[in-house]
Amino acid sequence: MTTNILEMRSITKTFPGVKALSDVTLDVGRGTVHAICGENGAGKSTLMKVLSGVYPHGTYTGDIVFEDEVVEFKDIRDSEAKGIVIIHQELALSPYLSIAENIFLNNEQTGALGLIDWNKTNHEAAKLLARVGLKENPTTKILDIGVGKQQLVEIAKALSKRVKLLILDEPTAALNDEDSDHLLDLILHLKEQGITSIIISHKLNEIKKVADTVTVIRDGQTIETIQKTDVTEERIIKDMVGRDLEHRYPDHTPNIGEEIFRVEDWTAHHPQDPTRVMVDNVNIDVRAGEIVGIAGLMGAGRTEFAMSLFGHSYGSKISGKAFMRGKEIRTRTVSEAIGAGLAYATEDRKHYGLNLLEDIKRNIALASLDKLSSNGLVNDNEEYKVANDYRKSMNIKAPTVLAKTSKLSGGNQQKVVLSKWIYADPDVLILDEPTRGIDVGAKYEIYAIINDLAAQGKGIIVISSELPELLGICDRIYALSEGRITGQLPIEEANPESLLKLMTMEKPR
Amino acid sequence: MSSTQTPAAEEIAAGGRINPPENKFTSWLSHLLADLGKNGIFLALLAVILFFAVVTDGILLRPQNISNLIVQNGYILVLAIGMVMIIIAGHIDLSVGSVAAFVGACSGVFAVTWGLPWWLSIIMSLAIGALVGMWQGFWIAYVGIPAFIVTLAGMLIFRGLALVVLGNANIGSFPTEYRALGNGFLNNVFGDLDLDPLTLIVAAAAVVALIVGQFRTRAGRQKYGQDVEPIVWFVAKLVLITLAIGFFAYALASYKGIPVTLIVLAVLVLIYGIIMNRSVFGRHVYAIGGNRHAAELSGIKTRKTDFLLFVNMGVLAALAGLIFTARLNLAGPKAGDGFELEAISAAFIGGAAVQGGVGTIGGAIIGGLIIGVLNNGMSILGLGIEWQQAVKGLVLLLAVAFDVFNKRRSGGK
Repeated sequence: MTTNILEMRSITKTFPGVKALSDVTLDVGRGTVHAICGENGAGKSTLMKVLSGVYPHGTYTGDIVFEDEVVEFKDIRDSEAKGIVIIHQELALSPYLSIAENIFLNNEQTGALGLIDWNKTNHEAAKLLARVGLKENPTTKILDIGVGKQQLVEIAKALSKRVKLLILDEPTAALNDEDSDHLLDLILHLKEQGITSIIISHKLNEIKKVADTVTVIRDGQTIETIQKTDVTEERIIKDMVGRDLEHRYPDHTPNIGEEIFRVEDWTAHHPQDPTRVMVDNVNIDVRAGEIVGIAGLMGAGRTEFAMSLFGHSYGSKISGKAFMRGKEIRTRTVSEAIGAGLAYATEDRKHYGLNLLEDIKRNIALASLDKLSSNGLVNDNEEYKVANDYRKSMNIKAPTVLAKTSKLSGGNQQKVVLSKWIYADPDVLILDEPTRGIDVGAKYEIYAIINDLAAQGKGIIVISSELPELLGICDRIYALSEGRITGQLPIEEANPESLLKLMTMEKPR
Repeated sequence: MSSTQTPAAEEIAAGGRINPPENKFTSWLSHLLADLGKNGIFLALLAVILFFAVVTDGILLRPQNISNLIVQNGYILVLAIGMVMIIIAGHIDLSVGSVAAFVGACSGVFAVTWGLPWWLSIIMSLAIGALVGMWQGFWIAYVGIPAFIVTLAGMLIFRGLALVVLGNANIGSFPTEYRALGNGFLNNVFGDLDLDPLTLIVAAAAVVALIVGQFRTRAGRQKYGQDVEPIVWFVAKLVLITLAIGFFAYALASYKGIPVTLIVLAVLVLIYGIIMNRSVFGRHVYAIGGNRHAAELSGIKTRKTDFLLFVNMGVLAALAGLIFTARLNLAGPKAGDGFELEAISAAFIGGAAVQGGVGTIGGAIIGGLIIGVLNNGMSILGLGIEWQQAVKGLVLLLAVAFDVFNKRRSGGK
């Protein structure tokens, strides 16, 4: 018997057109905590989906050896039968069922006649809850406990399946400090009981606290595996980002003018849990013709900041001031924000950006119907003309503007969203993940559009989880961590290392 | 949609070549198929009419029956107009039958019990409809209770209030002017002739207005460099529509003339057609139904729009109640029973989508007419009410199933 509980050998996984994992190797020692780090989209989650059977055997190449045995999982039940349990970032609990019911979901504790034995169910659940240190009645409903405790219920559920290898995908992303600490302690506690854990995390101090070994993945490849004694933040950051900045960005000569937009002391709380601060005293400014980036890891509060600013579309208990050209503006509703010269292009085109049932023309016109109408009636010939002009100038690939937006590719959909906001003629555009889910060619076109807008003297705020993108197009970059601006760097001083350092800077405790 | 369009769509999705090879014939064909797809519901109406015309030995198409068809179904069509707007926005209204009964009862009190002038009674009744709409709209738009629940409650509340207002009795014998809303005809202005000239003149005017309007729209599109359908097909469609209107007008003219209900309906269709097709408000309704979040983030006041939709529905339900009461010359406790289901069916048969975002006024009217022809045809055949119910249910199911199937085939969402 080797000391490794798991060996993943030369795992390669391709999606149509993309190589998500390329020859990845991962050895996890028995009874250790193994951390996997990497930027968003590096391939961490894909690797864990391969391991847990979400991507079944045959859809990837390479071998998985678990407890000295080559395993071929057909689905997630196969891997669970062997004792591999994955806890996803999005918890898979049913809110209206009790803790005990959730723990034994699809593994019901039955008695005579195959009926559920509630005494046994609740008794066993109570024992599992004691193991994870959760003091709650097993009959409490999931929706009545906080997300931190829900995380513990997930772990209890994993324990009920006799877990040997526990995989946690960003387990603390949604937790507050206290809950995070408790969870990390629990992982160490489980280690003493012989349970191996793989933890996917961005948070470097967290990794240093619990991990025995760290593997860094970048662009679908294993960069290196580091033992605890050799782990330093600098080394991990360098591994995470060390990619060449190819010539993927159009030339941009900034022509920066006066300050156009400023936000002071912007604070917003979680919409359901007003005690959680999601955006914490944010101060930023943008000058005319300037492209300003906001860098932050998943959960840092980037979208939350932008949406709370844009018509209070996110959050509760929002406070702070916004100024356009030195004059304070009101942004309490979206129409006020638009009227004040703001525009926000969402990161989630399909759910928040487009009406997929409608054509290109009507989507582009939607935010500016006032311009196209008199006496409440829309001039649809004019609307057609406007949309057709954008189709040409933005190079939207569709036969006519009467094509439904659901038929367009991601890049072309994004151009429709941008057209809509450009037609609204704002002074400041907030672009949230403007190139998410778009192929490389279309990305270049989007960057060119952004440059063009800046050249017209508009202020641009780009939110992105891709550091190379921010470094490639911005004039100045703010870093956001845990809802706070942790610093700003002019482009000359910004590099992945300096930014990641700010992005992972935590609140003084 | 048509099979010729599917490959084009795939090409767009792949970001590849855009325009399929074009020549005169394929462009002709694609227009024909696109129109058939768009007007499939219209063809279904024609098929139902033809079927019943044959099995009833032509009774269905007799002048008197055609006139009856309109008058008997007027209130359903009025409700269908409001209902399809509600459905496009992603809601539903189950209360319209009860609201119609309640307002009918109120109008009975105004016009008969209190003896108020007919016009004042009508205005006050419509105002009550608006108030009812505000009540429901408040709970739906501003409190955030699902429309299904609010209007289910409304269905009970207003049925109950109708009984309260009536005080366990029927109110009857309305003034003649009031009754005209449901029974009246506009005719004999030029004396009592076999063929009423006014009806024919109005029809001719409508045809001229239609043709001029269509040509102007076409010219406008061409001026802006938009693709228009081939002139031959365009003219052929106008000729067909002219013939249909001509036949219809001839039938009405040789019976009693233009029913007042039809005038009311024509005005409503015109106004609401413009609202849903051309107005900013209409765009907002479609945008909200298509993607509420995106609409909100585009600055649309979704709550206000929802509220206004229900106020509008309240007024139209009141109007339907007035027409029905006028037709029966009686405000009774059973009035409006099941209207909501017929109006909802009309909207869905007419192509509205259950998830919202899709639907047209014209479609809902045609859907309502299909139900009307089914009712009328089956009555002529002497089919019992039990079979009529079952057949209508089946038609609703098949119409929506056909729609779902069609969408799946074209790969739409």
